[in-house]
Amino acid sequence: MITALSVTNLALSRGDRLLFDSFSLTVTAGEAIALTGANGAGKTSLLRAIAGFIRPDAGEIVFTGAGGALDSDEARGGGLHLLGHLDGLKSGRTAWEELLFQAQWSGGTGASAQAACETLDLNRLKNLEVRKLSAGQRRRVALARLIASPRALWLLDEPLTPLDAAWRARFGELMGAHLAGGGMIIAAVHDPMPVPARAVEVGATAVGA
Amino acid sequence: MSSFTALFRRELALSWGKGGGPLLAVSFYAAMATLLPLATGPAPDKLAIVAPGSAWLALALASLLSLERLVERDYEDGALDLLALGPAPLEAVAFAKCLAQWITTGAPLALAAPIASIALGASPGLSWLVAFTALVGGLGFSFCGGIGAALSIGSRRGGVLIAVIVLPLFAPPVIFGAGAIEAYAAGLDWRTGLLLLIAYSLATVGLGPFAMAAACRNALS
Repeated sequence: MITALSVTNLALSRGDRLLFDSFSLTVTAGEAIALTGANGAGKTSLLRAIAGFIRPDAGEIVFTGAGGALDSDEARGGGLHLLGHLDGLKSGRTAWEELLFQAQWSGGTGASAQAACETLDLNRLKNLEVRKLSAGQRRRVALARLIASPRALWLLDEPLTPLDAAWRARFGELMGAHLAGGGMIIAAVHDPMPVPARAVEVGATAVGA
Repeated sequence: MSSFTALFRRELALSWGKGGGPLLAVSFYAAMATLLPLATGPAPDKLAIVAPGSAWLALALASLLSLERLVERDYEDGALDLLALGPAPLEAVAFAKCLAQWITTGAPLALAAPIASIALGASPGLSWLVAFTALVGGLGFSFCGGIGAALSIGSRRGGVLIAVIVLPLFAPPVIFGAGAIEAYAAGLDWRTGLLLLIAYSLATVGLGPFAMAAACRNALS
């Protein structure tokens, strides 16, 4: 299990454009980070670099477990959730089929998927096709995966956007519970986070862009 | 292991049901087999000569149909991120996808192939070999087609691009498969063609998932 993440002197670019360099960040168990920054500053790219999808130009990303540094592929494959702009749900399948698959694929079970359904009040929506759900309901199905398969590090890309006020508050409680259990959250947000979080600005260190 | 089973079940469900899957491929195949005799004109003996080869060509084209949904949809709706962050490497994901594609598209086509070749005038005695080569060749079509599907991720008009990438790679199985059937019909040595076809399919099974996974990683970055 990941207990800390350290990003050191990271430089990322997309195409020819340098997004930022010398970016450092340390996250320890129980801590939440709110990534802020203008549109296009590189928040999503940073999250995808931590998830291992984008190769950084320079710098390193190290996951630490209880027994020291972890192999990054193993840490990513079993220790982190990435929830992007897209919910990753197939429109032609039912919410339950998709949630069950996502839970089992990322290490959960049928029972934990059912428990997540109750936590996020999805029982009524379970047998509907994903295409018939609203954006907020789809996001709740996607969030259910975070609850159904416990992984220490949550990388969230504007997770609150489609949620209504009540669900933002409810998701805040779930984030709080995750942090209290030793989890970590890095979220790219434009709105205030519903849990106490350290704000980190992305893109402020860019040089000569 | 349970997560891999869950993935495989999902891939089967996706390609069996919602993607059109077997019904679409077999209907397309039947339509091709119907059009071919119309194109060659009223000479049944001429048709019987080209029947095995034509049946194989139609098979290759029908195998292309559902390749577009193999990885492109997962990329579009964000599920590929999730698949890349699972307990199994992307190579295993690619393997599961192609295997499911073979079971849901290749196997039904292999059942339809003897019927089509008999309808085109080939001897019914060839049926078992037609079905067997179609089954083995279909394995190669699925795994080789998967490479094309992964390479064309993110491009508009992906289906046409897949066909352009993949059809030249379909040349060896078409040559070996149709060649084996023709040799068998003529009483010549047909085993060489069949063995080469099996070798081709096994090579795509061994190498295809690595190429697909590399192409997916490239698309995700």
